[in-house]
Amino acid sequence: MHIPDGYLSPASCGVMGAVMIPIWTFASKAVRKTLSVRQVPFLAIGAAFSFVIMMFNVPIPGGSTGHAVGGALVAILLGPWAACIAVTVALVIQALLFGDGGITSIGANCFNMAFVLPFVSYYVYKLISSDSPAGSKRRIFAAGTGAYAGICVAALFAGIEFGLQPLLFHTADGQALYCPYGLNIAVPAMVGEHLLIFGWVEAFVTALVLKFLQKQGSLFGEGGQP
Amino acid sequence: MTLTGKLWAGIGALIALSPLGLILPDHFKAGSAWGEWGTDEIQKMSGYVPQGLQKVSELWKAPMPDYAFQGWESRGLVHLSLAYVISAVAGIAVISGLTYIIGKKLTRGDE
Repeated sequence: MHIPDGYLSPASCGVMGAVMIPIWTFASKAVRKTLSVRQVPFLAIGAAFSFVIMMFNVPIPGGSTGHAVGGALVAILLGPWAACIAVTVALVIQALLFGDGGITSIGANCFNMAFVLPFVSYYVYKLISSDSPAGSKRRIFAAGTGAYAGICVAALFAGIEFGLQPLLFHTADGQALYCPYGLNIAVPAMVGEHLLIFGWVEAFVTALVLKFLQKQGSLFGEGGQP
Repeated sequence: MTLTGKLWAGIGALIALSPLGLILPDHFKAGSAWGEWGTDEIQKMSGYVPQGLQKVSELWKAPMPDYAFQGWESRGLVHLSLAYVISAVAGIAVISGLTYIIGKKLTRGDE
């Protein structure tokens, strides 16, 4: 889901960057209010987790690859605004050091993976877990479902961003200037592979780590302080 | 062990296992992620390279492209796995350090 440089027009990148600026500003304000000093080491581990889990490319035999993002877990444990910051740092460093995701598309990639994904995951988790006890199976199920929903909706947004390009930006004779695939191809491809495979990977890793933390008796965002 | 210690141990295990993210796609002949093709792949797939894409894609040269060292593209999986682990360690050092500093700055004044 890391949109590289060149797939989105400079105008699209500008719009996505402009959308992210107030989100980042609000995220810092929200984190200032909600995150405690003692949670900061967990935020750093959350960002590290997001980065390293994205290195686990899962193959579709003979096809493409994809991976989990880890943003759902951070959102559930430390809140969606904290997750927005942790995943943003991971995405920016991926683009700068490793060329994974473009420099110009940082706004779009952060919108999909550091904003849409954690927020959808968090609210689906909240909705399903409701007031169930911190150690309940229902919370594990809620976390997995939230993670699955979050990454699939994020993939839908990425598909729309890709798919709008040939529609909006083409030469006089109809040749695409940026991403050559329209909504009819980009959206089913992005959403389909996440619904079928990569969504389950995000759900599985999120549920697994939450289960581990339940056993440790500490869901730091949930059960109070770590 | 403290909880942070256990979690860092988990991150360490993920770093050690990370080359699986390289080896499995290679084994199952899986290509790039959707929408993350190089210009040569686009040329093959759609018969042309979009003009704007060509220009913008050359904008940034990352120091460790694709979690490898420059010029290592044709090395074997063993070398690439080593580079992958080094990339994971370097990336995590920078990312967790930076996130820690941002977190500290934002929570300054608490407690």
